[in-house]
Amino acid sequence: MLCVVRQALGQLAAGLGFSEAECHAVVLAVDEALTNIIRHAYRGNAEQPIEASFHRIEAAQNGQRREALEILLEDRGPAVDPEKLCGRALEDVKPGGLGLHFIRECMDTVEFSRSEGRNQLRLVKFLNVQGPEKGS
Amino acid sequence: MQIAARRLDKITIFDISGDIDLATSPELRKGLLRELRELRTPRVVLNLKSVRYIDSSGVASLVEALKASRDVGSRLILFGLNRTVRDVLQLSKLARIFEIYEDEAQSVSP
Repeated sequence: MLCVVRQALGQLAAGLGFSEAECHAVVLAVDEALTNIIRHAYRGNAEQPIEASFHRIEAAQNGQRREALEILLEDRGPAVDPEKLCGRALEDVKPGGLGLHFIRECMDTVEFSRSEGRNQLRLVKFLNVQGPEKGS
Repeated sequence: MQIAARRLDKITIFDISGDIDLATSPELRKGLLRELRELRTPRVVLNLKSVRYIDSSGVASLVEALKASRDVGSRLILFGLNRTVRDVLQLSKLARIFEIYEDEAQSVSP
């Protein structure tokens, strides 16, 4: 199922005007977010519901209004412990714990919240961001 | 994801294709750890030319295999990384810990 989401999201991001590298970044971030929900919120059960919505928005970045892609992901798992959302030190050479780091590196805004019994993750990627690309 | 193994003298080459993600990385992890821990193959080479996508669970499987290779005194070598795979490894800041070559000839040379 994740591969279907990746393909569709890649096409959506390309259609909005993101570069190939930016499309890969958006796809990776959302894939990692969904993986984290399945693994941690739903304890590995991939059959549980995850609601995803995608919006083309205008938002402020560095004092300027810019077009952006906003992605909202919602799950009905237990509340996420904020202390577990810190990622880990990359100097530690060990498997695991990279997903959140990837999400933060790939997106411009990453926000977690809890509302009406749901965890919500808001991701934003700005179009035509000037300067060196993250992760390159 | 598909994995095919070619066994040469003291070298096993895994030809991997498709996507390495949450659903498929356990199979990769299992295959690599068996090759390293049980079969004690001195050199394990991963051909990643046909890997379209890898996520953090795939990177974690590679890291675990690398640690296993160090434990048993084997070498784990990657080659054929496309831009997507290379970018993800760079993003993880772990590219430097792997032995990476451009092609198979370099990977199997003595």
